[in-house]
Amino acid sequence: MLPKEFADLEPFAEWCIASEHDRFAKRLASSMDEIQALYDAVAPRAEAAIAYCDQFPLDDMPDEALNLMHLLYSLITVSFAVECWRQPYIPDSGATRVDLIDEPVP
Amino acid sequence: MARWPKPPEGSWTEHYPELGTEPVSYEDSISPEYYELEREAVFKRGWLNVGRVDLLPRNGSYFTKEIAVANTSVIVVRDMSGQVHAFHNICRHRGNKLVWNDFPGEETRGTCRQFTCKYHGWRYDLDGACSFVQQESEFFDLDKKDYGLVPVHCDVWEGFIFVNLAELPEESLRDYLGPMITSIEGYPFDKMTERWYYRSPVNANWKIYVDAFQEFYHAPILHSRQSPANVAVAAAEAGFEAPYYRIDGPHGLVSTAGIRAWELDPEMRKPIEGICRSGLFGPWDQPDLGIDQLPAGVNPNRCDPWGLDSFQIFPNFTILIWGQGWYLTYHYWPTSYNSHIFEGTLYFVPAKSARERIAHELAAASFKEFGLQDANTLEATQSMLESRVVQRFPLNDQEVLCRHFHKEVADWIDDYQRESEMAGAGVK
Repeated sequence: MLPKEFADLEPFAEWCIASEHDRFAKRLASSMDEIQALYDAVAPRAEAAIAYCDQFPLDDMPDEALNLMHLLYSLITVSFAVECWRQPYIPDSGATRVDLIDEPVP
Repeated sequence: MARWPKPPEGSWTEHYPELGTEPVSYEDSISPEYYELEREAVFKRGWLNVGRVDLLPRNGSYFTKEIAVANTSVIVVRDMSGQVHAFHNICRHRGNKLVWNDFPGEETRGTCRQFTCKYHGWRYDLDGACSFVQQESEFFDLDKKDYGLVPVHCDVWEGFIFVNLAELPEESLRDYLGPMITSIEGYPFDKMTERWYYRSPVNANWKIYVDAFQEFYHAPILHSRQSPANVAVAAAEAGFEAPYYRIDGPHGLVSTAGIRAWELDPEMRKPIEGICRSGLFGPWDQPDLGIDQLPAGVNPNRCDPWGLDSFQIFPNFTILIWGQGWYLTYHYWPTSYNSHIFEGTLYFVPAKSARERIAHELAAASFKEFGLQDANTLEATQSMLESRVVQRFPLNDQEVLCRHFHKEVADWIDDYQRESEMAGAGVK
């Protein structure tokens, strides 16, 4: 799934998710252990991953680089659970939803 | 002691003496009767933004907008000569909704050469003219010229498409927007075409959410956990003050100071912000906006660093320009006295690299996390306002725009009722 330079992140390939809707749903459906494991693995590699993706034009990325981008998006999605909430969902947000209908691709 | 100078009257609220300083009623947000008046007095009289020209990229592009509060659906279309029109979304034959897919109540968009009714195949050109009637000879003295789509007043300002559902709008769009809003003309809205569109059903009166985004008094408390603990404590102790408010006609502005997040000790920000060089306020690295200086009406207080300008355009539209070179809009579309659809749309200069795109992703994700926190309080507020246990609520000087907004809606209703009575009495 990922470029060979990032083979160490392959165990987290299931977080290579193209749409925000699906990334957010996976965050809500995951345990904090799973979320923390993703965060701890990807955050230290994020700068290298961004630099890798930056070699390619945004509208013409090889599939592996695009998967890496999507993994970085997932890092961002879960970062709030790790850095702010200490739980997957936003406290007190039980009655609320905010759906992203249109988003840029990639 | 105020951190920022207040007007000579001593407060922003007293600077606008017609607002008063008394506690206010929220009966206007819990009364079905009041909502019925708002439909006529506000939503069928004011200019309503329905989107941007970006949604109509080609001749023949169209989208529909459900305006439940005014009991209608509107088609907005760019005709074959490039002109933008709006029509009520109804076939002139037997009243079928003309443009929809799968679910009649859902909005849609696309590109076409003409509109064809699903029911009996009547067709309309994109300028609204009826061009084809199925089995025309079966009708009685029917002249297609008399059966064009029902037009809605429509005008475009800075790429923002507005409609007005009045028979005859009382003011042109430009006059309606007034000097405060038109003084942001020239901001490069047209360059910011990377679009993120969020939608949220909210079980609260639409004005309760408008209020939530026109004061930042709540920010250090409601959003405290979105900052590192040491920062959150200091922010809550300091409280929030905006350096500048302005009211112009029915519209309001709050302008805030910013922070240079990249100059902070990393302990003062979340790790993800350093990774992405971004945050709620937007990317740390500004895009090239292609302008020498900002329009006079943007950052009018010349804050440096400058956070944002939130322009509340009456009745249900906000343009919020961030100091970091992007903007977002809010729309509040009432569906009943205690429910509405909220739309938040983010606009960036399109990312040219993965690094820029990552910075946008964090800004957008932060918007959603904050927005969910803001939305949380609304149903909780609505339900207890409806208890009517408390009738009067104190508003502070940082809530001056909330005070003004509710008064403005009330003034529009008074005005409408006065005109209706005069019309009823035969006075022209």
